[in-house]
Amino acid sequence: MTRCYAVRKGEVVPISVGLGMIDLAWLPDDSEWRVRLRALPEGSGRWEALVALARTRMDFTRTNQLDRRLAETPSADEPKLKFAILGSSTIDQLVPAIRVSGLRRGIRIETYTPEYGQFRQAVLDPASAFHAFAADAVLFSLDARTLVGEVVLEDAEAAALIDRRVAEVGAWWDAARGSSDRLVLHQALLPIFPRLLGNAEQRLPGSPAAMVRALNARLRDLADQKGVDIIALDEQIAVDGIDAWYSPALWHRAKQEISPAAAPMFGELALRIIDARKGRASKCLVLDLDNTLWGGVIGDDGLEGIAIGQGNAEGEAFMAFQTYAKSLAARGIILAVCSKNDEANALEPFEKHADMVLRRSDIAAFVANWDDKATNLRRIAADLNIGIDSLVFADDNPFERNIIRRELPMVAVPELPDDPSRYAEIIAAAGYFEGVAITAEDRARGRLYQAERERRALEVEATDLAGYLASLDMSLVWGRLDAVSIPRVTQLANKTNQFNLTTRRYTEGEIHSLANDPESFGLHLRLVDRFADHGIIGVVIGRRVDDAFDLESWLMSCRVLGRGVEETTLALVADEARRAGASRLIGSYIPSAKNGMVREHYPRLGFTLIDEAADGQTRWQLDLTQPIVVNPAITLKEHQNG
Amino acid sequence: MDEGAIYAKLNEIFRDIFDDDSIVLTPETNADDIPEWDSFNHVNITVACEAAFGIRFKSAELEELSNVGGLVHLIQAKLG
Repeated sequence: MTRCYAVRKGEVVPISVGLGMIDLAWLPDDSEWRVRLRALPEGSGRWEALVALARTRMDFTRTNQLDRRLAETPSADEPKLKFAILGSSTIDQLVPAIRVSGLRRGIRIETYTPEYGQFRQAVLDPASAFHAFAADAVLFSLDARTLVGEVVLEDAEAAALIDRRVAEVGAWWDAARGSSDRLVLHQALLPIFPRLLGNAEQRLPGSPAAMVRALNARLRDLADQKGVDIIALDEQIAVDGIDAWYSPALWHRAKQEISPAAAPMFGELALRIIDARKGRASKCLVLDLDNTLWGGVIGDDGLEGIAIGQGNAEGEAFMAFQTYAKSLAARGIILAVCSKNDEANALEPFEKHADMVLRRSDIAAFVANWDDKATNLRRIAADLNIGIDSLVFADDNPFERNIIRRELPMVAVPELPDDPSRYAEIIAAAGYFEGVAITAEDRARGRLYQAERERRALEVEATDLAGYLASLDMSLVWGRLDAVSIPRVTQLANKTNQFNLTTRRYTEGEIHSLANDPESFGLHLRLVDRFADHGIIGVVIGRRVDDAFDLESWLMSCRVLGRGVEETTLALVADEARRAGASRLIGSYIPSAKNGMVREHYPRLGFTLIDEAADGQTRWQLDLTQPIVVNPAITLKEHQNG
Repeated sequence: MDEGAIYAKLNEIFRDIFDDDSIVLTPETNADDIPEWDSFNHVNITVACEAAFGIRFKSAELEELSNVGGLVHLIQAKLG
């Protein structure tokens, strides 16, 4: 995707360090974007397809393409908004992004802009086309040269100019609003002027850079009094860098103060204020646990093994993210947990880990089970009695993110970067929780929801899981134990606690001997899908006993649960056993403190019970002369070395 | 980056900006050949090129460009 770069003598250096927010880095990248744009349906379904395209990561070129398709789409019963943009310089590059930001929210925006240079007449003449347009929202995009100029002034002149500008802008706001309840937005002046003093610029009040800062402060005060909202471009530029937003060459060439490259973010910022004013901002942050709130997997690594807290960089990064979430709660955002875990395991860090910033009492709805997350998000929204479209779902696992985007497109699902120290930054950049005011009720809301929450029986809606799984193009790539795979297999066998039927541990030497034993087999399984190569995620080890193969180990990473990997693995194991002349498979379940989730593993796969011991250990068998049902969503492939 | 690769990337940029998959750029292609190549889209082309190639144009260079061949030479010179 597009990024901004500065060039130093043949060397390419990213300007927009960090996450490159001006092309909306929290939205998922769609590699099929062009194809989907070309294949937009006519008539029914077209609007929804446009909205889906708008909810992907995009630069200004894609924004403009989408805007063109939107213009070709006849208006139907979708929500509408009339939006006037009043600029003092060229703003044509911003208008498509405003409309596409509306599209992203399922709103069709009709825009109005006056002729170049005519914004004063538009506002001040009651008979103007602007007033006839009857906008729902009006945005002032006034450039810094128009409001403060490029010339250094005497101190007293500077003070007088700022007073005059504040009075003028206030009058424009009033005139633009008239007697309506129109929303009024005003873009902060861009800090585009080079400094004259430097660090102590404020001691030269007449410098253009100092005047921009002073006028922005005064306009913010006035905006608070008048119920106007400031688009904080000055603060956004502190995040993105001025080069991402402004280029002097574009000003000189086209009188564009804001670069087209920044238009998608400009549209976002404007529409977020509308969201907040219309009560459409998100209300609840739903958090995954493993590798989202702490590093590692609580069910496997245990309380001492997860990364959270002081002393190592990863633990501190997760702690900082928890602190951000807790701060959001303090300003009125509801927190919820949605995790694939045994509830007891999931709760343990909240109750017992000293370095956890979030405590159970911070979480208004806590759902930890093995159901699919779409079902659980519906449950959380119903529990809290809020709309499912007011949820933001933060999960490090791309599989879970994509399934929610597909099953529940109304839920906001940010892309999380690999580095947990960036989680807070991207959630902030996505602007889901935009607010225009803060009330005492906001501050108490998290506790309120928890106190009043009542558990309700919920009708679980079926989701089209099979369709989603088929769309993932999953391959299970299997291989026999060899020198390359043995270290990873040994590691996986020794650290997997939850999806582990027998919790048998092995040394590397033992695995080596297994590999060379003709009466045994050991298979490792790698899962690859459209999004990622998940690496080796499963191991099955069997030994020949008379006419049967006894599966002494079957373990799998919990990251790939719920995809039907178990069924495909069984088909593979059955083939291997048949090839060796076996007519039965035997499987055992040995209960441990952590592997309750696989108690029903063998019966789920069609095995029948042989016996059950007093300690809960069970043995199961499967007749290999019967056909095995194959999972059509996963293709089996044999691993090729080299 | 060789000239062929620059043309390939530039062709994609033009097709996206003008939303026209039939565009095939040659060194002689100029604003007369593409009806929508106005001053607004001219700025969009330069900004998209800056992002795609990781370069920055000077103010004067934005004025000078008269055809695609000139643009490619300029990009090539900047990429060194």
